[in-house]
Amino acid sequence: MSKTFKIGGIHPNDSKLTAGKEIIWLEQPQKVQMMLYQQIGAPSICIVKVGDKLKKGQLIAEDGSFVSACQHAPISGTVTKIEKIRNTQGWYGEAVTIEADPDRGDDFMEASNPRTQDQVDALSIKEIIDIVDSHGVVGLGGATFPTRVKLLPPEGSKPEVVIINGVECEPYLTCDDALMRRYPNEIVKGVELLMKVVNVRKGVIAIEDNKPEAIKVMRKAVEGRDDIKVVSLKKKYPQGGEKQLIAAVLGKEVKSGALPVSTGAVVNNVATVYTIFEAVYNDRPLIERVVTVTGPSLTNPGNFLVTLGTPIRTLIEAAGGLPEDTGKVIAGGPMMGKAVVNIDAPTTKGLSGILVLPESESHRKKELPCIRCANCVNVCPMGLEPYLISLLAKKHNWEDCEKGYVMNCIECGSCSYICSSHRPLLDYIKLGKQTVAGIIRERNNQK
Amino acid sequence: MSNKLTISVAPHIHTTNSVEKCMWNVVIAMLPVLGISIYVFGMSALWVTLISVASCILTEWLIEKYLFHRNCTIGNGSAIITGMLLAFNLPNILPWWMIVIGAVVAIGVGKMSFGGLGCNIWNPALVGRVFLLLSFPAAMTTWDAGVASGVDATTGASIDASSGATLLATLKSHSHQMDTSQIDWLSVWIGDMNGSLGEVGSIAILIGLAYLLITRVITWHIPVSVIASAAIFSWMLGCNPLLEVLSGGLLLGAVFMATDYVTSPMTKKGQLIYGAMIGIITILIRCYGSYPEGVSFAILLMNGFTPLINKYIKPRRFGERRGK
Repeated sequence: MSKTFKIGGIHPNDSKLTAGKEIIWLEQPQKVQMMLYQQIGAPSICIVKVGDKLKKGQLIAEDGSFVSACQHAPISGTVTKIEKIRNTQGWYGEAVTIEADPDRGDDFMEASNPRTQDQVDALSIKEIIDIVDSHGVVGLGGATFPTRVKLLPPEGSKPEVVIINGVECEPYLTCDDALMRRYPNEIVKGVELLMKVVNVRKGVIAIEDNKPEAIKVMRKAVEGRDDIKVVSLKKKYPQGGEKQLIAAVLGKEVKSGALPVSTGAVVNNVATVYTIFEAVYNDRPLIERVVTVTGPSLTNPGNFLVTLGTPIRTLIEAAGGLPEDTGKVIAGGPMMGKAVVNIDAPTTKGLSGILVLPESESHRKKELPCIRCANCVNVCPMGLEPYLISLLAKKHNWEDCEKGYVMNCIECGSCSYICSSHRPLLDYIKLGKQTVAGIIRERNNQK
Repeated sequence: MSNKLTISVAPHIHTTNSVEKCMWNVVIAMLPVLGISIYVFGMSALWVTLISVASCILTEWLIEKYLFHRNCTIGNGSAIITGMLLAFNLPNILPWWMIVIGAVVAIGVGKMSFGGLGCNIWNPALVGRVFLLLSFPAAMTTWDAGVASGVDATTGASIDASSGATLLATLKSHSHQMDTSQIDWLSVWIGDMNGSLGEVGSIAILIGLAYLLITRVITWHIPVSVIASAAIFSWMLGCNPLLEVLSGGLLLGAVFMATDYVTSPMTKKGQLIYGAMIGIITILIRCYGSYPEGVSFAILLMNGFTPLINKYIKPRRFGERRGK
């Protein structure tokens, strides 16, 4: 019997159109644009100027603060512009444009410092963290939280287990699945590194049971070991959420307001772990990632290994081109992904998928009055009352919003998904969350 | 492709479930009940139901159009449910104009005066039913003596002597202490006895319950807690629990009326409390009240408590320890 988390959850249609498809290397483009702000925290600080000649993998931007990450040149070439461009959502942000030299040959990155197993074993914890930092590694599950920060648990916390998130509970997305099937041994090595850094003896790779092939391959990779095991979880959304994953694997619930590490778990996405392996063993910075490009009308959906900074339009073209009936393009999965305004925006570190939905699936249905069916309460994985807090937010009753634990909302969208009256519950809850967050900040400042 | 992309907040996919689907599933679940009442009472049962449903739809349509000036909402099927439920709570020989009055009160007062779908505090069908019961007590409790085999079986007397009392009324006259060996259980199960249209066919109601559970329109919490608490409480008072559950409108109320989304609590825990209280109040009215039946009153009373239950009974929050 597979495990899962207890409170709430939904079972949307899988729609994994690209399941079983291997990773295809997408030819690197002539021109890339690296956004300086593509992680949670502070934007990176640019250290190159127009006209600079860059080698692939060379540092182009440094950490902006403690919670930030550095950036590297995804291709060799010349910096032609440093200017504000629109990201996928249409917001302007500083970006470095690098154009490949017209006469460039094979643009392989010469790994300056690949390490043998012995050399890796000899690395100290601090050295590994420094490598992770200097190679620009961030969480690739979508949140893009700088991995270095996660590897430095706060004082007083005692990590006991490293959980690797291979759940991929979002419908349509298969990039983590493809990665696990392709690089199981590399991922296991990455897990070993993580366990060494946070100083634990237990690693768990959690995969949902709708990916039997990945489970099989990963189990084979950890065969005979008793420190790392693969756990098959019963398919349920949002199991990939950090709190839900810890609850599913350990049976422990992160208390409201506490850090996940308080349960003894350090969670990292499987793609992040692979990137850590690449950084430590092969000295490759984070300049490419696997992106699932999918959609019901695409002729050639697939999992592509994409150079960061590649325009999203190029990705869609690789998957067969933008279909005639396109109504919506989504960066990420259908549950938590963001609708794309500008498909010429570049690929960033946090982009796990591009979902192209036809016009017929792009619009919300007509909203009806709430009939109090209680489905939203039943599916909320945080045990909240979405019908109530969305109403309170609509009425600008921020005080009761806060009392209703609006800040605990993980914005998974299960309530809006299940609502039989098609009410925009999450829209209002997000509004409530943002406003209440501002009120709390102000209150703390006054103290 | 036109270069216009749709922008909206996540999630971008949606359940195929809808208000209409829920409502139509409830209508489907009520069809076996309608079928058995036609079998027991003849075509008059169908006429009562049709008059009730038609009046409910017409009332809602008139109010939406001429009072609220907004788009018609009868397509969502909720007026049909109210109409069917109201009919299930009426005797088959009720004059047609009383049915119309009941429907107008149910929809007009019970539902639309609060703002329509989703806004009412009390179950509309029961509001209509209780209004009729208080306005026309004689007509609402006069049963077609032609169908009396169940009653006959309960009293052991001849058909003439029973003169159309319901099983519950008979129970009441015996202070709920009866020799159960006199009861024809088969009649009780298939509803071959006197009563309102929908309350007689226990088997049909259970089929409807199974359908509602399978289609996940409702969960088990309310029906089971109503039935279980009524059975346990009546047993504690020394009555026959099975007889109490199968007689009168308890099953109908537990399955179709107490489970009304709008007027029942939002959390599972709240639903259990609500259901248990309905069971207890029903048995209290039956045993100690002046009415033979108390399901309608019990449900309406607990409808009134629903906002209070919602305020104090909260779901278990993630990260909160149990039992704290």
